[in-house]
This record gives sequence, structure tokens and C-alpha cells, in this order.
Amino acid sequence: MTWVNDVIQGIMLGGFYGMLACGLALMFGLMRIINLAHGDIAVLGAYLIYVVLEHWNTSPFLAILPVLPVMLLLGYLLQRLLLERSLRSGLLVPLLTTFGLSIVIQNLLEQGFSPDVRSLGAQAGSIATSSWQITDQLSIPAIGALTLGVAIVIFGALQLFLSRTQPGRQMRATAQDPDTAELVGINSKAVYARATAIAVAIAAIGGMFLAIRSDFYPYSGPTYLIFAFEAVVIGGLGGSLWATLLGGIVLGVAQTIGGQINPEYPVLAGHIVFLLVLLSPRGGLVNLRRVTA
Amino acid sequence: MSAQPLVAPASAPTTIRRWTRLSGGFTTGFALLVVALIFVPVALGANTVQDLTTLLTYVLMAVMWNALAGYGGLVSIGQQAYIGLGAYATVWLAQHSVNPYFGMLLATAFCGVVAIPLSFLMLRFRGPQFAIGTWVVAEALAIWVSLDNALGAGTGTSLSQLDSYAPTSREHYTYWLTLAFAAFFIGALFMLLRSRLGSSLQAIRDDEDAAASVGVRVVAGKRILFLLAAAGAGAAGAMTLANTLFIEPTSIFSVNYTAFMIFMVLVGGLGTFEGPIIGAIVFYELQNLLGNDGVWYLVVLGGAAIAFALFLPRGIWGTLEERTGLRFMPVGYRLRRGAAAVAAASVDEEP
Amino acid sequence: MSLLDLEQLYLRHGLLEAVRDFTLVVAEGETVALVGANGAGKTTLLRAVAGAHRPSAGRIGFDGADVTRVPAYRRVQMGIALVPEGRRLFPALTVEENLLVAAQRRRPGRWNVDTVIEAFPMLERLRGQRAATLSGGEQQAAAIGRALITNPRLLLLDEVSLGLAPLAVEDVYRSLATVIAEGATVIVVEQDLARAAAVADRVVCMLEGRIVLEGAAGELTREQITEAYFGLRRRGEVEA
Repeated sequence: MTWVNDVIQGIMLGGFYGMLACGLALMFGLMRIINLAHGDIAVLGAYLIYVVLEHWNTSPFLAILPVLPVMLLLGYLLQRLLLERSLRSGLLVPLLTTFGLSIVIQNLLEQGFSPDVRSLGAQAGSIATSSWQITDQLSIPAIGALTLGVAIVIFGALQLFLSRTQPGRQMRATAQDPDTAELVGINSKAVYARATAIAVAIAAIGGMFLAIRSDFYPYSGPTYLIFAFEAVVIGGLGGSLWATLLGGIVLGVAQTIGGQINPEYPVLAGHIVFLLVLLSPRGGLVNLRRVTA
Repeated sequence: MSAQPLVAPASAPTTIRRWTRLSGGFTTGFALLVVALIFVPVALGANTVQDLTTLLTYVLMAVMWNALAGYGGLVSIGQQAYIGLGAYATVWLAQHSVNPYFGMLLATAFCGVVAIPLSFLMLRFRGPQFAIGTWVVAEALAIWVSLDNALGAGTGTSLSQLDSYAPTSREHYTYWLTLAFAAFFIGALFMLLRSRLGSSLQAIRDDEDAAASVGVRVVAGKRILFLLAAAGAGAAGAMTLANTLFIEPTSIFSVNYTAFMIFMVLVGGLGTFEGPIIGAIVFYELQNLLGNDGVWYLVVLGGAAIAFALFLPRGIWGTLEERTGLRFMPVGYRLRRGAAAVAAASVDEEP
Repeated sequence: MSLLDLEQLYLRHGLLEAVRDFTLVVAEGETVALVGANGAGKTTLLRAVAGAHRPSAGRIGFDGADVTRVPAYRRVQMGIALVPEGRRLFPALTVEENLLVAAQRRRPGRWNVDTVIEAFPMLERLRGQRAATLSGGEQQAAAIGRALITNPRLLLLDEVSLGLAPLAVEDVYRSLATVIAEGATVIVVEQDLARAAAVADRVVCMLEGRIVLEGAAGELTREQITEAYFGLRRRGEVEA
């Protein structure tokens, strides 16, 4: 049954969206900032991997290793230099700052890499194209399964980090009450910077999969930001980190099924589901609750 | 203990004025400027006419975005939805034998009407949900339009019905209509801010929950701004079409328009009346200077938006206003007391 | 030896001046009760001492160092701990997590998770429970424990009896007495004048941001405090 196949494809696509959404949800849960440059940061990660691959002929899965510490540092700097100030100035400013950042990143990427469309699928090797044939109508692409698997690992690791480690506990406390957190000795600025660093690094992993699954160019970012945000909002049902992954899966399935109905419809189908969730009574009350254990 | 009632200490009577000589003079000057601008096509050459049309379109976009963000506290990154809608509605109407210029008027009204149900959806949110919600709507509209073959689908379409006009007349009519739209929407916003709604908007901006608790109809106030901004953006879209003659979904619904609007309003002065106009002029000059440098110009735009947002959030005009206490357009109140004045957030002091 | 040195402190809330010209010296080992009606500025003052509120003028000295500009989290490491008004436990964290998160940066001393729970035995069975589900008295115990676990030299308590049943208040003050007996320096904000006078060495009464009365607990009469509290006798006041 092709529908079953579609749902499975949708779930795996959802894993990808969930991964993209993870960092966004983390930053929002902690700081109430939606980083409008999040998608562009993922694309930036993809470009950095591309740069590594120019010098080192290997697979993107290895090329990402040197990229991750760079992204961690970038995230840290992003928070300390830009977002920290924005946080103090009210609710409008972070939106405007991250939007400006998005424009800057996109255009710097075009300047540096030309507007050509690229893909890292070739360098990923057979894993990008192979699949397991289960039945006549059901096949599971290897990259899809891998993406979903990695997404689950990332979410799991983040969850463990938040609930079992001291820095994670500090992050949860700061999310729940930043004022009191300072009063018990937590340096909230350092906590925020750590979170942004993690969010940016996870975005880079998302960028890697983005570049393998399909092509990308300097202006790919916003599309993925929208998907990530839609995943977070749809998943707002639970208010927990796993809900974001679930939201991503719902979005992925909606898009895949929409695509079945008409090949031009997948993205639109996702938008419709998103708007429907917003419209629903829960949608109105979904205030993207903070990241909790 | 004596039975005297408590009496407030005597003080000079308080007067409230809306106009000062300066603001009265300026408003008159502004009106005269609009009248003078009417004569531009007669007095000046074709290039100037087209340039001014572009500038006026930017002014309209900036003022309308500021109406929503600066006065309504609603940061929209999806106003391009109405820019595109206004343009495509004009095309559709022209295809159905409506006079193109009349079609632009109708398209503008159409955008305002479409915004009504959208407002019920969007105004339930604030902050990031509102922002991205508006953006998703714009994206959805862009996709929807690009699926329509009659409207040129993905490759775009043109307002060929304008070919029936001689090029010079077409440019002149386009200019005058743009001027009319800009003057109308600026005027409408002005009247709105001076009305009772204006003070409730100020209250909403300062503290939404407190305003609601004293009976200010928060959502109604925001809705009016939302509709006005939508119609204004629609007019800007229609005029962009008239000025450039060709549109396609990816560009007319592009989020770059939001980037422009944010730049203009932040640089000019968010939440001030005059600011966006100044910002539009700055933007226009910047475009002339850098426009041919492609991406660098957008980098400068984005970087400037960040810098202003972080370091000069009140923009050029806002900072000027703060330092000097000057107000050209009388949209606030001036309180004058006999005794020493107390500074308050929403009340200006007589300089 | 003065531990806390507040010099002509001015604190604002936006345009409102909440605390004016506040000068106070607290010696090591002293217990000071800060009393006053709602809105007198007591909470704002404690928050300023803890570092959560920046003074618009004046100086805060702690153990000889000028801490006026030092951020709150660093003051915890220096030895100032605040039990905030309303307890303010982290609601979705368990009791144990609330303690652990404060214990991260604690100073050396005898307080850790186990000794805190020993001091507040009711917390033993609540260790794994989310803080939001606790009763008022239990939350208060946990909040005090969370402050103690940092091994503070100066303990600030803001309205710990507020909203608690009398028995719970008894418990709280009994634990407090133990801490005081061990030589801690404490500033306690209290609405209950009797308790305040009973536990403190000195009483300071605030009204509209200023100190209107100050003296040793034993020397001030109930009447004096009440009058100061309500501002019944002010300089130059005409009786209407």
C-alpha cells in the first residue's frame, strides 16, 4: 500500500524536521527567542562541511567533526555578542536582530560561495541512495532511517543532559525562573550561551543531513526555518522536547501525504496543517511552554 | 481633631494641548508638500517621476509596517503577502476587463477585506508566533498563486493592459495614484492616532494587560491597524506592479520586502510618525548607491538593521525626538502645568 | 566587625523611588529584623543586597568589599543568600534538584543536600517530588534549605511566614533559631512584629522607602514599633 509507504517516508522526513527544530525549541524554551536565522545557520553548517570536503576527500559524516567545535564557538559568540543584548531590550528586538542576521548570513554565503546549488549527497556515498526493499510497495531509504535514528539519539542525549547533569539542571532552572536562578548562584548569561552553542551545533548536524538529502544554496535557510518552526508549534501539544520531534513527524507525514495528492502540494499541505493547529483551541493556547524535564 | 476636609494643595490649572505652533506649521507644510508633489510630472522629467514613484512606494511600505510594529507592537515578517496579493489582484481584475488603475484601487480594498479573517487567526498571538504566522501565510499565498496558470504560475505575469496608455501618461498616472495612496494612508494613520484609538494604542504599547484591565479594547485596536497595514501594503504592491510592469511570485512575495521595511523603520525610528518617512528616504538613497552591488547591499541592510536594533533602537528620528523634544506631527499630547513638570511615559513636556 | 555596609542606598522601580537614603550597618553574627507595611521597600532592599536589583545611587559593602556592581550569582559565591518572597522554588524541578542546582557553587561549609534534609526532616520523603506540588510550609523549608546549602555568611529571609499555617511558621522559626545560634548573620523581613522582635537583636522599621525607627529589639516598645510601622507620627504632620 503506497499510503503505508508514504507514512513511513513521512515519519523519516519528520525525524529530519525534528532535528532541525531541536535547537530552535531549545532556544525558545530557555530564552523565549525565536532565532529567525536558525535555518541559515543550518545552511552555514552545510557550507562549512563543504569547505572541509574540499580539502579532505572523505564523507560528510566525518567532515562534520571539525565543523562541530566551530559551530559551538559560533553559537557561543552569537549569544554573547548579539542575543544577550537583544534580550535586555524587549520583545521586538530579538526578532529584528535575528532577522537582520539571517539576511547577512544568506548574502555573505552568496558572496563567498556563489549562488550555485550544491549537494553533498555524492560524497555521502551509497548511504544517500540505497534503501531496503521490504515489500513491493514498501522501501526504506537508508538515509531516511539514519536521519531518524540520529534525531532520536540527539533528542535522547539532550533530554539526558537536561535531566541528569548539573549544567542541564541549571538550564531547566533558568528556563523556569531566570531571576531566582541568579539568586542561587547560576550565571544565567553563561547558561544561555551554552544553550545557543548547543542549538547551533545541532543545527549544523541538521545542515549536514539537509545537504545530503537534497541540494542547497545560500537562500535555502528560510524554508527550513519555517519547517522547524512549524514542527515546534505543531508539537506544542506536550510542551516537552520530545513533543518537538513528534511535531516534526506530523509535519513530515502531512507533507508526504500532501505530495501524494499532488506533487506540487507538499509544502502547502504542511502550511495548512500548521495553520490548522494554530486555529485549533489548543493552538491558541499553545504558548510554547518552556523546556522542562 | 478638627473636621476640615482634606484639600489638595493649590496649583496652577493644567491645560492640555494637541497642537503647538511648530507642529501646526509642520502639518500645514506637509500638506503643501503633497500639493506641490502633484505638479512634479508637469515640472520635472520622466526619470524623476519614476524615481519619486519608487520612493513614494517605499514610504508607504515603511509607514504601514511601522503602523503595525511601532504603534501596534506587532512585528510582522509577512506583509509581503499583501504586497503580492495587491499586485496579483490587480492583474486578475485587469484580465477581467476592469480598468487597470481602477483595479488597483479595488485590489487595495480587497487586501483590506482579505485581512479581516486573517486578523482573527493571527491576532490571537503575539511575538514570534505572530511573526512567523504572518510569514507562513505569505509563503502559502505565494505557493497558491504560483499554482495558478491564468496568473502566469511560476514564471510571472505582466500588466499588459497598461500598454493601452502612452508611456508618459502611464508614468504620470502611476505617479499620481502612488502619491494619492501614500497621502491617503499617511493621513488615515494620522487621524487614527489622533483619535481615541490613538491613546488606547499608546496604552496597549506601554502595557497590554493593564490597558485591557481598564477597558481598552486591545484586539479591536490592533485589528484596525492590521487591516490598515494590509490595505496599505496591498496598495504598495499594486503600485510596484504599475511601476515595474512585470511580477513573479518569488519576487513579489519575497521576504526581502520585509527586510526593506524593517531597515527603513528601524533606521528612521520605530514608533515615531515621521521616522519611517526618513527611513524610506535613507533606504532609497542607499539603494541608489549600492543597488548595483547586489548582495553587499543586502548585507549592509541586514547589518544596519542589527546595529540599529541593538544600539540605536529609537532610530534617527526617535533619538532626535528624545534629545530635543521636538514633535512635528501632533500625534501625542502636551501637558503643561503651572508648577514643576513631572516626566511621564506617554505625555510630552513643553520644551 | 561589620559584614554588611549599606550606604545611602537609593532604589527605583521605573520612575518610582522604592528605597531612599537607606543607611545600615550589620555586624557579623547579628540578626536584624526589617519590618514595615506592604510597599515600604523591604523586598526591594533585600533584592538589592542579594544583587537582583541595581541601586540608582549609594553603596553596598560586604565584608569590606564594594559589591554594588557585582552580579547576583557572584554574590552567592561570596556568601550572600536570599530566600525570596513567595519561596520561588523551581516548579518543575524536584526538591532534590532544587537543592542540587544551588549546591553547584556552594562555598565550603557544613551544608550539603544530606545535612539540609537532616535539618528539615519533612523534606526526606519529598526529595523526588516536584516543587510545585508541595504545600506552603514544605516549600518554605525547601527554599530555606536551598539558600542554606550555599553556606552563606549572610542569610536574607523575605517574609518566610507569609501564607503559612501557624504550626508551619513555628517549624520555620525553630530551624531558623538553630542557624542563628550557630553564628550566622541574618536579615529577616517579617510582617509578624512579635516574631520579628523575638528572633532579632535589632529591629529596623521602614516606611515609604526610608528608615523611620531603629533600635535594639529589647529596648523598643510594641507601641513605638507600631507607630513607626503605620507612620502615625511624622515630623510636621498635621492631624486632619
